[in-house]
Amino acid sequence: MKYIPTIGIECHVQLSTKTKLFSEVDNDARGKEPNSCVSPVDYALPGMLPRLNGEAIRYAIRAGHAMNAIINPISRFDRKHYFYPDSPKGYQITQFYHPIIGEGYIELPSGTKVRIEHAHLEGDAGKLTHFGTYSLVDLNRVDTPLIEIVSMPDIHSAKDAHDYCKELWRTMCYAGVTNGDLYNGNMRFDVNTSIAPEGSTELGTRTEVKNLNSFRSVERAIEYEISRQKKLLEAGEKVIQETLGWNDATGKTTGQRSKEEAKDYRYMPEPDLPPIHLTEEFIQAEIEKVPLLPNDYRKKFSGILPEDTLEVLLDYPELMRKLGELDAKSIKPVANLFASVLLAEEKSVEMLAHLPEARQLQDLSEMKEKGELSSTAVKEVFLKFFDPQMGKKDARAIAKELNVIQENDTGALEAIVDEVIADPACAQAVADFKAGSEKVIGFLVGQVMKKSQGKANPAAAQTILRKKLA
Amino acid sequence: MKIATKEISAVSLVKEALEKAKRCKNYNIFVSLNEEAALNRAKEIDAKIARGEDAGHLAGVPYALKDNFLSREGNTTASAKILESLHAPINSTTVEKLESEGAIMIGRTNLDAFAHGSSTENSYFGPTLNAYDKTRVAGGSSGGSAVAVAKGIVQFATGTDTGGSIRQPASFNGVYGFKPTYGTISRYGVVAMASSTDCIGFFARSAEDIDLLMQICAGQDEKDLTTLPDYYGAEGQSLSPQRIGIVKDFDLSHVDPAVKKTFDDKVAELKASGHEIVELSMPALKYALAVYYIVVPAEVSSNLSRYDGIRYGYRSEDAKSLDDVFEKTRGAGFMPENKRRIMIGNFVLSSGFYDAYYLKAQKARTLIIEEYNKAFEKCDFILTPVSPSPAFKLGEKVGDPVSMYLEDVMSVPLNLAGLPGLAIPAGETESGLPVGLQIVGPRRSDKALLEFAGTIANQAKINEENN
Repeated sequence: MKYIPTIGIECHVQLSTKTKLFSEVDNDARGKEPNSCVSPVDYALPGMLPRLNGEAIRYAIRAGHAMNAIINPISRFDRKHYFYPDSPKGYQITQFYHPIIGEGYIELPSGTKVRIEHAHLEGDAGKLTHFGTYSLVDLNRVDTPLIEIVSMPDIHSAKDAHDYCKELWRTMCYAGVTNGDLYNGNMRFDVNTSIAPEGSTELGTRTEVKNLNSFRSVERAIEYEISRQKKLLEAGEKVIQETLGWNDATGKTTGQRSKEEAKDYRYMPEPDLPPIHLTEEFIQAEIEKVPLLPNDYRKKFSGILPEDTLEVLLDYPELMRKLGELDAKSIKPVANLFASVLLAEEKSVEMLAHLPEARQLQDLSEMKEKGELSSTAVKEVFLKFFDPQMGKKDARAIAKELNVIQENDTGALEAIVDEVIADPACAQAVADFKAGSEKVIGFLVGQVMKKSQGKANPAAAQTILRKKLA
Repeated sequence: MKIATKEISAVSLVKEALEKAKRCKNYNIFVSLNEEAALNRAKEIDAKIARGEDAGHLAGVPYALKDNFLSREGNTTASAKILESLHAPINSTTVEKLESEGAIMIGRTNLDAFAHGSSTENSYFGPTLNAYDKTRVAGGSSGGSAVAVAKGIVQFATGTDTGGSIRQPASFNGVYGFKPTYGTISRYGVVAMASSTDCIGFFARSAEDIDLLMQICAGQDEKDLTTLPDYYGAEGQSLSPQRIGIVKDFDLSHVDPAVKKTFDDKVAELKASGHEIVELSMPALKYALAVYYIVVPAEVSSNLSRYDGIRYGYRSEDAKSLDDVFEKTRGAGFMPENKRRIMIGNFVLSSGFYDAYYLKAQKARTLIIEEYNKAFEKCDFILTPVSPSPAFKLGEKVGDPVSMYLEDVMSVPLNLAGLPGLAIPAGETESGLPVGLQIVGPRRSDKALLEFAGTIANQAKINEENN
């Protein structure tokens, strides 16, 4: 029997605000001692009350706009209760009843639209590290602002799930609300998967795989779940609704609890935080700060860049923004340099943070256009843009310094060509060409290049050779 | 208030207070005394005065701090085992403000653990005794603070009032006790009981003293987002004579005769002095206690979740697993009344019951608020008894939580509606137990209410017998 999978995804995005959601402590704990970015509010000293980080509200508005969503003018916080050492207050402050972001959608590169049910603000939990007989608690991450984006069950393949997560990641990075570092958990995905026989109007029982932090693991976990559930159904067994973990090494999902407990979070409106009232002007002002998003760039560069190059470069908002600054004729050559040179470099991440000025790139592509630089020379000059010693100089100055500007002066070239034709070492080749052998032209061009010490423009050299030997 | 000057030193004021506190040891008023730090602060203030510097509006005034306020001086216990060794790294906003005006905390007062109770009998450190009869309760939960003022140990004391915890003990001990409009004083640094009804307030011997404390402590605080924009002192002057509302719907038949007589006498007195008495019908008030015992335990169960033995306070040594840490720590660390409220709270918040209890209670709460709004169209203040009876016997209601909850029947509606209420000393029983009355005002009428009270009641007396 053919089964149709149905997939819904919840994504947690850590917002890159300066301070935490409810306290004024540094939100960036990278490289810091455990429990060093923690205020009495975060570790839940008695008598402490949450404050509200306005920047997180602003980021949420931008994120919401980036996913084509309604921003709710009134939202509020609720408490979600559970006991665990990663939750100092004994509850998480979240938005259960009235989230800040309403319905929206994400459009995949394939054109498929995945609807967003809602997205809400909440505080992250701390981190536990287990050591056999004991565990250590690090509260640095407590109340880092998160938005949890809940999709509708609009996804029907592991591939689309992968693409959705990737597009969501790109969208959030472009909107500038997160550092987007997947390896460090800046975005984490929970996937709900069920399968039902084709044509069935009812959905099957779903399982939830929690805490996936790569697009590949999202895709693999769903593929695994689809096939596991299919085997169960085909064997006449039932899928149990449960929460699963993903083991990337074994490529399998595993049950997290032997006995699935029905959790009761005892949601309650957060009495320490008044509702958030947003005016239309406030929302609009934030929306205007949202820069161009992946789909805007797709529209902007369609017809200029081939789709595959565009999709590769779209993973890097810095590159897209840089291309956006260029004049029309430089876009394609510079995009090619980005794709084939920059991204191939070992230090590409560092280089992305120090991109050349638009003017430097435009000059470079103009020199190429005029035939002043060979492809190799273009690459050399381009890489020098990232050199701390030379990087500030313009393309021509660097090319001169490298001595790679091609000889285009027809008079000078003609003299060299004459020299080559007169050279006894080339006499045989000249004779062969005159007798109709096309392939020796390459040899003759090579000789011109050699005599010009590589500075001759090979195309121009060939034209002159052909004219003189005609 | 008796402020330190060149004639009376802060050191002598503090020493006198500490001596009185020690003489009253058998009342179990204090959880801890703050002797050394208080004397040091007194010396600093005397030095300031000697240098001719401004030592503040409360220079050298000794005060008692309810032990659910965080202060860098000493441990904050909330009279609960689970918090027995918590040394706070910060001061609550109230402590910060009082001390910036020169007040000196001489000790931390006893309360029902986590302020859960109406008698101070639910304290891990044992009950505080009534200032007028050691066989009777101090009232609660701020029992220690009320008795500290009634005994003349300190000139004022802090309290918290979630459902009557300032007004009822004030009434039981013959002093003034004020619960301001919700959001007037910052809750920052005060161990939370029920966030939407908790109010910080004071015990003192006169409405004027409370007014001074309000001027110092009221105000918006960026650390408590529920605080109101500054208003205290900005409202209009109170008018005299006033329209005084009395609520028909309170069933006074079960009220102690001495309470009823005190109430009737005061109404007659007000009438005689030219005030208009307005009878009010407020049928929604009868739901207040039920609403209160849904909303408050819900918030209590949530606010007590942080006491898990992981980061501070008591942790059970018998725990063998993570669940054990939570269960055994909380099992041994909370008092029975704490547990009762946690269980009620968890029940009303559990999925499937939330709509039927919590949500419904919030709707009824809105009705109560609206009813007060209507009432205050007809009158300026409302006069009621504080509680149905004067101080009851120790142990009398311990086994009967519902009758204990009924103690709050006239005080909780204000907390639900966020209104200011002042307990004033108004009479006494034949055996000499104090009886108080409660003046209720509209939201943000705090200063006018205190001024009005100053015109209709006298300074509280001090009971220095049995010291």
